[in-house]
Amino acid sequence: MADKVATREAYGKALAEFGEKYDIVVLDADLSKSTKTETFKKKFPDRFINVGIAEANMMSMAAGLAACGKTVFASSFAMFAAGRAFEQVRNSIGYPNLNVKIGATHAGISVGEDGASHQCLEDIGIMRTIPNMTIINPADAIEARAAVEAAILHQGPVYLRFGRLAVPVVFDPSTYKFELGKGITLADGNDVTIIATGLMVPEALEAKKILGEESIHARVINIHTIKPIDADIIIKAAKETGAIVTAEEHNIIGGLGSAVAEVLVENVPVPMKRVGVEDKFGKSGKPQQLLEEYGLTAKHIAAKAREVIRMK
Amino acid sequence: MDNKKIAKLSMIATKIRKHAIEAVYHAASGHPGGSLSIADVLAVLYFDVMNIDVQNPNWEDRDRFVLSKGHCSPALYGALAERGFFPVEEIKKFRQIDSFLQGHPDMKGVPGVDMSTGSLGQGICAANGMALAAKLDKKDYRVYAILGDGELEEGQVWEAAMFAAHYKLDNLTAFVDFNGLQIDGNIAEVMSPLPIDEKFQAFGWNVLTIDAHDFNQIEEAIHQAKNTKGKPTVIILKSIKGKGVSFMENQAEWHGSAPNKEQYEQAMKELNEQLAQWEVEYNGR
Repeated sequence: MADKVATREAYGKALAEFGEKYDIVVLDADLSKSTKTETFKKKFPDRFINVGIAEANMMSMAAGLAACGKTVFASSFAMFAAGRAFEQVRNSIGYPNLNVKIGATHAGISVGEDGASHQCLEDIGIMRTIPNMTIINPADAIEARAAVEAAILHQGPVYLRFGRLAVPVVFDPSTYKFELGKGITLADGNDVTIIATGLMVPEALEAKKILGEESIHARVINIHTIKPIDADIIIKAAKETGAIVTAEEHNIIGGLGSAVAEVLVENVPVPMKRVGVEDKFGKSGKPQQLLEEYGLTAKHIAAKAREVIRMK
Repeated sequence: MDNKKIAKLSMIATKIRKHAIEAVYHAASGHPGGSLSIADVLAVLYFDVMNIDVQNPNWEDRDRFVLSKGHCSPALYGALAERGFFPVEEIKKFRQIDSFLQGHPDMKGVPGVDMSTGSLGQGICAANGMALAAKLDKKDYRVYAILGDGELEEGQVWEAAMFAAHYKLDNLTAFVDFNGLQIDGNIAEVMSPLPIDEKFQAFGWNVLTIDAHDFNQIEEAIHQAKNTKGKPTVIILKSIKGKGVSFMENQAEWHGSAPNKEQYEQAMKELNEQLAQWEVEYNGR
């Protein structure tokens, strides 16, 4: 875990890399330097379109491009891609099941200094309720690259969630394999399962170490595809460990925690706790300070794990 | 345009109006007013202008049409059925549980529909995307869209207007159905989008204003739009909401309400009379 790379960096690089192999068109709403689509723009200027600060037009326009056979990436901050343009995504892209990939960067509280107005903590919940929508929330740069290619190969709308903050590279590119809709068991254990997504994945692995010192053996599962959720891996974990903790950089309402809870309640109800932002708006600060203050660290996951084990 | 061609297009437009009334009546739901106002331009687009293949509705080089004012689906479905994309009998199932004719256009379910619309403002943006796709692929198909005048109150329309001019989408022709009425009343009183022509001019468009019910003017305007290079064209259609059915003309209350049996019969009687007159005209007296 030596290197730290933001998943948005990996997104920009992946677009530029896969632009060679696939005929993709990339749209951005005046944020190409931040979303890193600029990397693609430099290499393929003819296939990059800046729409200006107009996300509603961008999403509906992406639908028009896709209706004419294009594979389109529409990029902005998560706040504007999922929030401001929700209804365009829902009606222009989701309803006709068009081949638009929404590259949403600056998701979550780790946006940092910009504060609450730009810290999108609702996007997974919003996007999850749109039929036909696939949602991927990569944990690191390796997974982000793989997610971009998987999104290109998948027919239909995909919401890709990336972060601003440089985060640890968890996966080994030589062995990493991405399968859309499949969770990955990163560590075994039978006392409790930590199901994490995005930048909470390395925190979950760290939490396992903390718990290990107390002879608590935690299983750690990485869920990169939040929709469709890998119900099998969750049910198996619930049966084998009897307790679940979810961890995500999102409101505890509507995100991974909700998706996992839905699977558990309908299949194998076991005690469960959610780590996430507890239905609050964010604020300005350094990303690490915010993650600490809002309870999004290994320590917080470990505390919830102890609690949920007591409920077994 | 010779008189025979005018008579022919008038017959088609009248049939589209009949289908629209038929659809709304049988559904007991839908939007007759704005459907009747765009019947003439739809007749010209689908029967004289657009390069389409009824046998292959998804032909990739076809001209595209986007009904940005998607609630006027009765007229679009009427035009598509009349053109042969699906049987005209389907019209009577409009908005019903077992029909593919959804309340608003559904590109996945209705042969000939190029974009799903209904949420105002989004169609013109999708049309931008289609026109841009043609430019990127160096194809010469053209994209047509019809907006409502009330729809111009949606901010997204002006995002699209800015974009189309900035990217010089001269393969895009937008029509504004300027009938002056929206659900809650006169557009000038509800939330004025006026002046429409100067706004589009300021956004960098080629602007033409015509009588929506004059086939010569419609054809000439579309011809001018095709010959205008470097900028998109908007054709402002000065139209009569409810055109062709006397008691629906210029009445905001017919924006989104269905006729009862008596009104339906009266409307069909009037349209059938118009159709008979045009048939006489067409066949020569």
